[in-house]
Amino acid sequence: MATVTGVSVADEVPGPPERSPLSADGAGTRRLGDRLFGGAAQGAGILVIALVTLVGLFLLWQAVPALARNEAGFLTSREWTVSGDHPRFGIVELLWTTVVSSLIAMAIAVPVGVAVALFITQYAPRWLAKPAANLVDLLAAVPSIIYGLWGLRTFGPKYEPVQTFLQDKLGAFPLLSKTSVSGSGTVMFIGIVLAIMVLPIVTALSREVFAQTPVAHKEGALALGATRWEMIRTAVLPFGRPGVISASMLALGRALGETIAVTIIVSTLADQTVWSWSLFNGGETFASRIANNAQEFDSPQKAGAFIAAGLVLFILTFIVNAVARIVIERRKAFSE
Amino acid sequence: MKIQRLGQLASVALVGSLALAACGSDNNNASGGGASSGSGGSSSSSGAGGSGAAECGSGTLNAEGSSAQKNAIEEAISTFQDECSGATVNYNPTGSGAGIKQFIAGQVDFAGSDSALKTVEKDGVVEADAAAKYCGSPAWNLPMVTGPIAIAFNVKGVDRLVLTPQVAAGIFSGKVTTWNDPSIAKINSGVSLPAEPIKVFFRSDESGTTENFTKYLKAAAPSAWTAEPGKKWTGKGEGKPKSDGVAGAVKSTEGGITYAEWSYAKDNSLGIAQIDNGAGPVELTGEAVGKAVSAAKADGQGHDLRLKLDYATKEAGAYPILLVTYEIVCSKSKDAGKAALTKAFLKHFASAETQKSLEDIGYAPLPDEVRTKVDAAIAALS
Amino acid sequence: MSAADTAARAPSAPSGGQSSSGRPAGGRPAEPPPALGHPARVREARDLLASVVMWAAFALALIPLVWILWTVVSKGYHLLSEGQWWTNSQKGITSRREGGGAVHAIQGTLVQGLTTALISVPIGVMTAIYLVEYGRGRLAKAVSFMVDILTGIPSIVAGLFVYAVWVTTFHFQRVGFAVCLSLVLLMIPVIVRSTEEMLKLVPNELREASYALGVPKWKTIFKIVLPTAFSGIVTGILLGLARVMGETAPLLILGPYSKSIATDLFSGYMATLPTMINQDRTESLQPAVDRVWAAALTLILLVLLLNVAGRLVARFGSVKK
Repeated sequence: MATVTGVSVADEVPGPPERSPLSADGAGTRRLGDRLFGGAAQGAGILVIALVTLVGLFLLWQAVPALARNEAGFLTSREWTVSGDHPRFGIVELLWTTVVSSLIAMAIAVPVGVAVALFITQYAPRWLAKPAANLVDLLAAVPSIIYGLWGLRTFGPKYEPVQTFLQDKLGAFPLLSKTSVSGSGTVMFIGIVLAIMVLPIVTALSREVFAQTPVAHKEGALALGATRWEMIRTAVLPFGRPGVISASMLALGRALGETIAVTIIVSTLADQTVWSWSLFNGGETFASRIANNAQEFDSPQKAGAFIAAGLVLFILTFIVNAVARIVIERRKAFSE
Repeated sequence: MKIQRLGQLASVALVGSLALAACGSDNNNASGGGASSGSGGSSSSSGAGGSGAAECGSGTLNAEGSSAQKNAIEEAISTFQDECSGATVNYNPTGSGAGIKQFIAGQVDFAGSDSALKTVEKDGVVEADAAAKYCGSPAWNLPMVTGPIAIAFNVKGVDRLVLTPQVAAGIFSGKVTTWNDPSIAKINSGVSLPAEPIKVFFRSDESGTTENFTKYLKAAAPSAWTAEPGKKWTGKGEGKPKSDGVAGAVKSTEGGITYAEWSYAKDNSLGIAQIDNGAGPVELTGEAVGKAVSAAKADGQGHDLRLKLDYATKEAGAYPILLVTYEIVCSKSKDAGKAALTKAFLKHFASAETQKSLEDIGYAPLPDEVRTKVDAAIAALS
Repeated sequence: MSAADTAARAPSAPSGGQSSSGRPAGGRPAEPPPALGHPARVREARDLLASVVMWAAFALALIPLVWILWTVVSKGYHLLSEGQWWTNSQKGITSRREGGGAVHAIQGTLVQGLTTALISVPIGVMTAIYLVEYGRGRLAKAVSFMVDILTGIPSIVAGLFVYAVWVTTFHFQRVGFAVCLSLVLLMIPVIVRSTEEMLKLVPNELREASYALGVPKWKTIFKIVLPTAFSGIVTGILLGLARVMGETAPLLILGPYSKSIATDLFSGYMATLPTMINQDRTESLQPAVDRVWAAALTLILLVLLLNVAGRLVARFGSVKK
């Protein structure tokens, strides 16, 4: 099921050392069939490059005119006035909400997800492991709108007392202070829902990697007298670490870009609301602000401003993916 | 071998899904579900059937726009399709701005908007001109649905609340922050108001409802509401998407208050404030809305109509916070078939009978004087 | 990689470890790794603690996940048990009326999903073939990196992109096919990654043997490599399909909802299950609320069906060394 997440186990598993494609058939490449087929394969690859470049260029092309007219610092302003002759907009709040909610999601989903993956591969009795794995896999494929609806209507009301309790007891701490936002439309709650949403992804991927731990490593550790936990710590975890990291990066990318679930849950803030560091504040993520307003893109300038925000989101996910890539590459280098 | 077997499996799956795609029915008349619905509108269509059937037209109409008229147009579509079995009308309640945008882009056959096409430039676009350019003829605004905007609240122990425009503006602009504020208490003598904070909810999406509500505040309490009316909320509070979002939020929040179309306030069983524009508190009832709407005057040039509402009306018993949804159409359509269908549908929508049936679901029928003009405009469409 | 396989394989691996709890006293290793150099009781306690933590984490994770499924099933099942849910559309049904079905949305979801697959599969599989069988040097690295970026494109941005191209630039109507195009952007990377993985698992010996017999490379790929990896590739495709069928964000921009049956990808509006959910969720009336959960359950069932199909295909023959 790692396939759902789009990252291949082969990427993370150091398995057989990377081999270069067979090129023994020097004679073959001159044949017509080979040239056609090879060309088609290469063409598909180039198409993918073209697609991504197009998307990036398009975002830039739409965003630049609006950015040029922007009278506020795009990276520093909290304002968001995108129509009229004097547009002033900036992404600070969007960036804060997006990053913080995703980090909360990661802080919950990664440890729990890894633990569940370890449980399924190392601890669970056989009768439990398989259904549990299937359940987690199924949940990785449940559409996000369903997580959103469930969060809004079912989970939210149950969560509220917890939040009120935290605010009352720990409100002195700036991150947990009381804000004007009521109920479950807070950044914290979004983070929790996102955590539940990406948990199956982290679990599914980590599980695949842990399951690939060479039996020899594990038996070696056990033979040296290690307890099961020590075996996991010395054999399974080090082997699976790069896989877990890239699974987390992938989940992070998913959380950063999540649209519909966030849109229907979170409370947005009115203009000029007093800034608060509290996690119990509302806000909008890049994706939710675009989704909230996508229907009303009635002028190029307005659309451009939102697309500029989309561009930042694109770059953010780009960075996350690049980091994941570097981690994987480095691991490969070490394994040889 | 395996591949053959897999191929068979795949083809079975494909055939299965195609078979599913081939059957299925659009006919929901026989279902009988409508009988228990309690909405009077759906069964009343039989009377008009005779005259309507002659000018049905067939095909599909696509429309998009205001979510304020969603329930009204859904009802009209339902009865229209009962009469005209060959016709299908799709309406996507994505928002007024979206409707106009898609209309100008040639994506829909008509648009629903809570404000008429603007004739002044905004962000380099003059909506009326852009629409005329797409149509190749002037685009007309036809006022079709009027409905009240309710100020809905959820305060424990309070089921009757009176607000003046001044106080409402104070609440929604964040100047009045607790329920037992003297300004509220003064106009609500005898009501025990709690010392709780007021939690204002607004529409986080850009919305015609927001625009009409702020127009009211600006017109009726210009000193207390200073921001320009617009689709984007300029007051205080926390935002939720769409009318159901704000209504749902108020329902689950002690001390919440919001503005939403009447039906959303009713469906969520929220308290609805009485409005005192100066002639005593007016409860939101069909009658009070009808009174205010019937005072509305048709405006505009020729068949391009506007409905002029008097937000600051001091007439006794008239509920002043109203919203009008216009259907925006090309006066001369490029496609004769679509034109006939549009005409047939709008005629059905504007008919006295359909308009009357909307009363049950939180709207007010168009005043007869306006309706005649709309009828004439529809007849002039080609 | 079939999840079922790994899951089944996994627990059997550490079976030797089952007895670990009773181990420490007697056979202390001569040279324990530095981290293990604690007294036996501490190590045992830690082991026990770890077991407890794992079980607890599993239980904790299970709560919301089962809760979600339970919510959807309990609120949605009664509409699904009505015959007309599977035979009728929503045409003429208002949000205050009960009745009607979801057949229009199911058809739309299937049609759009299959079309998306039809476009993405050749591109995705060919790209994967390029990466595994042909790719060398900078271009391959670039393709691989671009696939990663494609994985990370937020779905709403994909929708915006296609809207700008399809509607703003070419002035086409918003039709089902435009939705498919945006979904293709989201599906390609999933297919590339899963196919790549399966192709890498095909033993090189097979290719070598084929070349030794004088079979051209393209024929080797077609007749030897692809068939060997076939079931894995199909699994990946079905799972990718499940992912795009539940996608909502691009449909907000590109896929207007219709209550009637429509299966023409190139004209008119087409309903899908996600847009049906999205439309009905804006109502607080009971009939609409019921339909939201029923449509959600239908969507989950479709996804589940695809998952099961994927499993079946995987079971027909997995790649073995």
